[in-house]
Amino acid sequence: MTPEPARTSDSAAASGTARPLAPGRALDVDALIDDPRTRIVVCCGSGGVGKTTTAAAIGLRAAERGRKVVVLTIDPARRLAQSMGIDRLDNVPRRVKDVEGEGDGELHAMMLDMKRTFDEIVEAHADKERAAAILANPFYQSLSAGFAGTQEYMAMEKLGQLRSRDEWDLIVVDTPPSRSALDFLDAPKRLGSFLDGKLIRLLMAPAKVGGRAGMKFLNVGMSMMTGALGKLLGGPLLRDVQTFVAAMDTMFGGFRTRADATYRLLQAPGTAFLVVASPERDALREAAYFVERLAADDMPLAGLVLNRVHGSGAAHLSAERALAAAENLEESRIVDQGDGKVGDRNSPDNLLSPETSQPSEASQPSETSVPSEAPHETTTSDVAETTDTTDTSVEQLTAGLLRLHAERMRLLAREQRTRDRFTALHPEVAVAEVAALPGDVHDLAGLRAIGDRLAG
Amino acid sequence: MSRLQVVSGKGGTGKTTVAAALALALATEGKRTLLVEVEGRQGIAQLFETETLPYEERKIAVAPGGGEVYALAIDPELALLDYLQMFYKLGGAGRALKKLGAIDFATTIAPGLRDVLLTGKACEAVRRKDKSGRYAYDCVVMDAPPTGRITRFLNVNDEVAGLAKIGPIHNQAQAVMRVLKSPETAVHLVTLLEEMPVQETADGIAELRSARLPVGRVIVNMVRPALLDEAELELGLERTPRTAIARSLSAAGLGGARRGGSAERLVDPLLEQAAEYAERFALERGQRDVLREFGRPLHELPLLAGGMDLAGLYELATALRKQGIA
Repeated sequence: MTPEPARTSDSAAASGTARPLAPGRALDVDALIDDPRTRIVVCCGSGGVGKTTTAAAIGLRAAERGRKVVVLTIDPARRLAQSMGIDRLDNVPRRVKDVEGEGDGELHAMMLDMKRTFDEIVEAHADKERAAAILANPFYQSLSAGFAGTQEYMAMEKLGQLRSRDEWDLIVVDTPPSRSALDFLDAPKRLGSFLDGKLIRLLMAPAKVGGRAGMKFLNVGMSMMTGALGKLLGGPLLRDVQTFVAAMDTMFGGFRTRADATYRLLQAPGTAFLVVASPERDALREAAYFVERLAADDMPLAGLVLNRVHGSGAAHLSAERALAAAENLEESRIVDQGDGKVGDRNSPDNLLSPETSQPSEASQPSETSVPSEAPHETTTSDVAETTDTTDTSVEQLTAGLLRLHAERMRLLAREQRTRDRFTALHPEVAVAEVAALPGDVHDLAGLRAIGDRLAG
Repeated sequence: MSRLQVVSGKGGTGKTTVAAALALALATEGKRTLLVEVEGRQGIAQLFETETLPYEERKIAVAPGGGEVYALAIDPELALLDYLQMFYKLGGAGRALKKLGAIDFATTIAPGLRDVLLTGKACEAVRRKDKSGRYAYDCVVMDAPPTGRITRFLNVNDEVAGLAKIGPIHNQAQAVMRVLKSPETAVHLVTLLEEMPVQETADGIAELRSARLPVGRVIVNMVRPALLDEAELELGLERTPRTAIARSLSAAGLGGARRGGSAERLVDPLLEQAAEYAERFALERGQRDVLREFGRPLHELPLLAGGMDLAGLYELATALRKQGIA
């Protein structure tokens, strides 16, 4: 055993990760949020990777660096929402108190209420009577509360609204917890083309001709189709669909136009996408899909935020060496306890002179001493008790610390493998790594800490 | 034991993995299970390292002792066509409807309708018998939507009630609800020992109970090993001077214990990691206490050191079996 191991990679140890990213690949979050041309930041990624927290932390950091920010969150954890004062679902941005910083930055936050956003669109685009008919239609109610994609569409809609109010110079958007990160981009188009679709036109035809009675004027093909639908859905349902479709008629063109407008807004130069992931295989696979999709759609990708990355201040000590050292300590302890029988165990010198526990002889500490240990401990328990408080317990503690470190280094290695797989596939993507916090974040101080870590 | 086991959980908790491990665990001793996917993610194919699953029941794994796991990725559109064909012999008209976009229409605009097709297909597999009158599958495991949506998803009756008051969809919903609310079904929730997923589990259980859907087990996934006894660690850190740890590290061959020596410079980072460990451990203990209060059987699955792969899946299945889940 070398007493003084070669100083391998102190720089790596200082930066907190064993193998830091090349400087060209590091995402500069501060430069992004300080740039006045950045008007929209969209945080996307698969579920459970910390999108909402990232969006809130970026919003807070930008506000404390002097920008007037609004954060649109979709489904924040209760305590996080409370800490920002947005636990009430009223679909209106609220100013967040206790924002610090020197400039005149402001943070506003809101939680999306998709049904209400949908209702507001209806109310804004139809006359009073027609709006009331739509809102009361069971079909509309089902659609507005749970259309696969309504949440995504309404998030886009709300983003468009916030942008057109022009009250904020930076909008940070969280995206819905979709089954897949891509849903956010697909849903608005899907809803748009769906509402404009051939079928809707067909369904509207009879209602226009004369409501329920109009059905009999349909051609054969059409009646076969409505017949099949009627069989499947039941007559009343089909009529509800038709009334609903007819009532929404005036709005359809608008839906498509708005979905297209929001889509173009996302492609505009002032928009920046941040793909959020954790250093796990599935999350990074989704992130890779998203990166590819953004490129295909000409959406401006700013970079990848890799959350909950583990580091170590002692990264130059490998898992293997830490484990070997821990074993060393534990073995010497067994040998020491053997010595304890002789009676010189409690000599105060032991505490001061590490030489006595030098592992030189302990290299073959023997399977043989292990079985003898248990009876020894039970018969002379009072001796063991006194020795426990001296250097045996120090060794035990140190061995424990080394085992913890070994576990940490294995985790680090696994996270790096996953990250490297992603960066090998997408070397062009800038990455910001956010060091893991031991606990959950649910106050502004926690968000601030995340922001600090984000900015590196 | 329930023959339909529904697995839900917050995003990122590994519910697909747990569902797959459960299907494997239940397929022991010549039993046959069906693992069903409803969200079109192809997560099962990825886990079992097979090609993309079609809308067709297909054997994907053999469990120890000769059991078999089949898998099915339910596609709501194809399920609807299936359904039309089965009950109305509407094969040709079904294709015409699809061409018109009517199938897409029907399955997307009314989420309740879509869900009743998905759950309906799973329930059909639960009840299906072969010629000898034996159940086709001993057990059906469903990789279901996440906790936030699970009650809505399963409570198809309520969802469809406002839309279809009569008619075949209504009847289908009724039939599905009878299975889902019976002891034949158990809804398990997967969580992590973290605040947000535990909170979501609490909300999920409350919602399921108020909808009278049978809550099964709570499965804590990715549990990190307890490397140190927390109390011992705390006591040790309190009593032990830094210099003693430095000497001990030095004795273990990690360099000099003097100020600035290699061993001495390890002390701070190691202590920092220990403090993080202790903090996380205390948080996890707190979350475990919260989970115990739900009064549901609690299971724990280890975090796999090497990451998740097919071998890991068998490892988790064995762990589930040992814990008496199968």
